[in-house]
Parts: sequence; C-alpha cells; structure tokens
Amino acid sequence: MDVIILDSEFDPWASVAEYQNKHIPEGKHGASVTFIGSMRDFNDGVNELSTMYLDHYPGMTEKHIKDVCNDALKKWDVIDALVVHRVGYIKPNDSIVLVAVWSEHRAMAFDACRFIINDLKHRAPFWKKEANKNGERWVEGNTVDSTADVHSLEVAKSKNVI
Amino acid sequence: MKIAIKYFASMRDSMGKSDESVDLDSNATVEDLWGKVSENSLPDNTLIAVNMEYTNIGHVLKDGDEVAFFPPVTGG
Repeated sequence: MDVIILDSEFDPWASVAEYQNKHIPEGKHGASVTFIGSMRDFNDGVNELSTMYLDHYPGMTEKHIKDVCNDALKKWDVIDALVVHRVGYIKPNDSIVLVAVWSEHRAMAFDACRFIINDLKHRAPFWKKEANKNGERWVEGNTVDSTADVHSLEVAKSKNVI
Repeated sequence: MKIAIKYFASMRDSMGKSDESVDLDSNATVEDLWGKVSENSLPDNTLIAVNMEYTNIGHVLKDGDEVAFFPPVTGG
C-alpha cells in the first residue's frame, strides 16, 4: 500500500500501471478498481476557474489516508491499494486524486475504493482555494454525492469500520 | 507546558499566521488553548486535531502536544 502526496502533475494511468507492475503479484487479482478525480473549470456556481490551490497538513494527511487504506485492506480483504493526491497549484483538467484498489473479486474492490475516496473527501485534511478572474475563495464544502455517501456509510457500518 | 499550534486554510487567513507556540498551565484543554489565542469563540464547524488525530474541544493537553485548527476539509 502506498500514499503519495505530489506537488507536481501526474499521470494517474501511468501511476496505476507502474504500481501494478511493481507491487501486485501476477495471477492473484481478478479485479482492479480506480477512481480519478480531476479539476473542473466550474464549481458551485463559479465559472471560468483558472487555478486551484490545494492546501494540506503535512504528516497528518499522509497518516490519515494510510490509516483509512489499512482499514479498507483489512475489512474488505483487498490485496493492495494506492492513493496519489496533488497539492499546491493545479489547473483545470489536471488530475487531483487517484485511488486504485486490487482484489480477488470486483465487489470488494468497488466497496473498498468507494470507502477510501469518500473518507478522503470528507475527513482527510486537504483544502481547496479556487481562483478566477474575479478573485479567489476557499471552497467551503465538498460536493455531496448522496448515493455514494449513503452506500459507503452502510458498507462501513456492516463491516464495523465505523 | 508548551503547546505548538498550527492553522490551515481559511483558519490561517483569519488568524493571520500559520503557527505559534503557547505556554499553558498543566491539564489545560483545547478550549483553554483557544481562549488564550483568540478573543472570539471557535467557529462552529472548526475541526481540531491533537498530534495529528481528530479530537474535540474538551481534549486535555500534555506538554509538547501539537494542536491544529482548521475548517471542514475539501480534498479529493
């Protein structure tokens, strides 16, 4: 399992391929699920976003995500997981976050990936500041994906993760 | 006892600093610490971490603790 915080652009597909080639045993996984979050040029009624600054808490951010990944690995019997998250200044279309999970069967990979990204969005210490030609502002809350959040909560409770 | 404080995101902007160090009496809580650094009440949605673990305002501090105050997170 690895958690990488990057202050420069990354190619999530290359990260998945590289990690799989290096760390996932051949012939052992039947499913790999990835989530990739990218920057839109609009958000919450604000258009023509030019840049976004991602602040984080060095040390706690990595620790928090590692703890969540370890919970997911144990509770869903997942083979391995990789999380890559950008910090610093990013621009529209850049990848912000990658969550990749490998497991024997698809159900556990889907559930574990959803659990990790939902925790990351609601608990991991990152903060977005958006900018356009009119100025900049701290984003006050993440977009609520109620279906995903409710599902994740139900799964987490059923697995005694929370 | 000496407590290290970190502020992040909009909390850093409102405090005008990213970190500071404060001397407190033993057995002080996070609430006591906030009262020492600000005349305003802690905003309702503020998240608190002590030594990089989430906690609450009643947490009793120890010498050398690192306390962080920050707004709701918006990663991913």
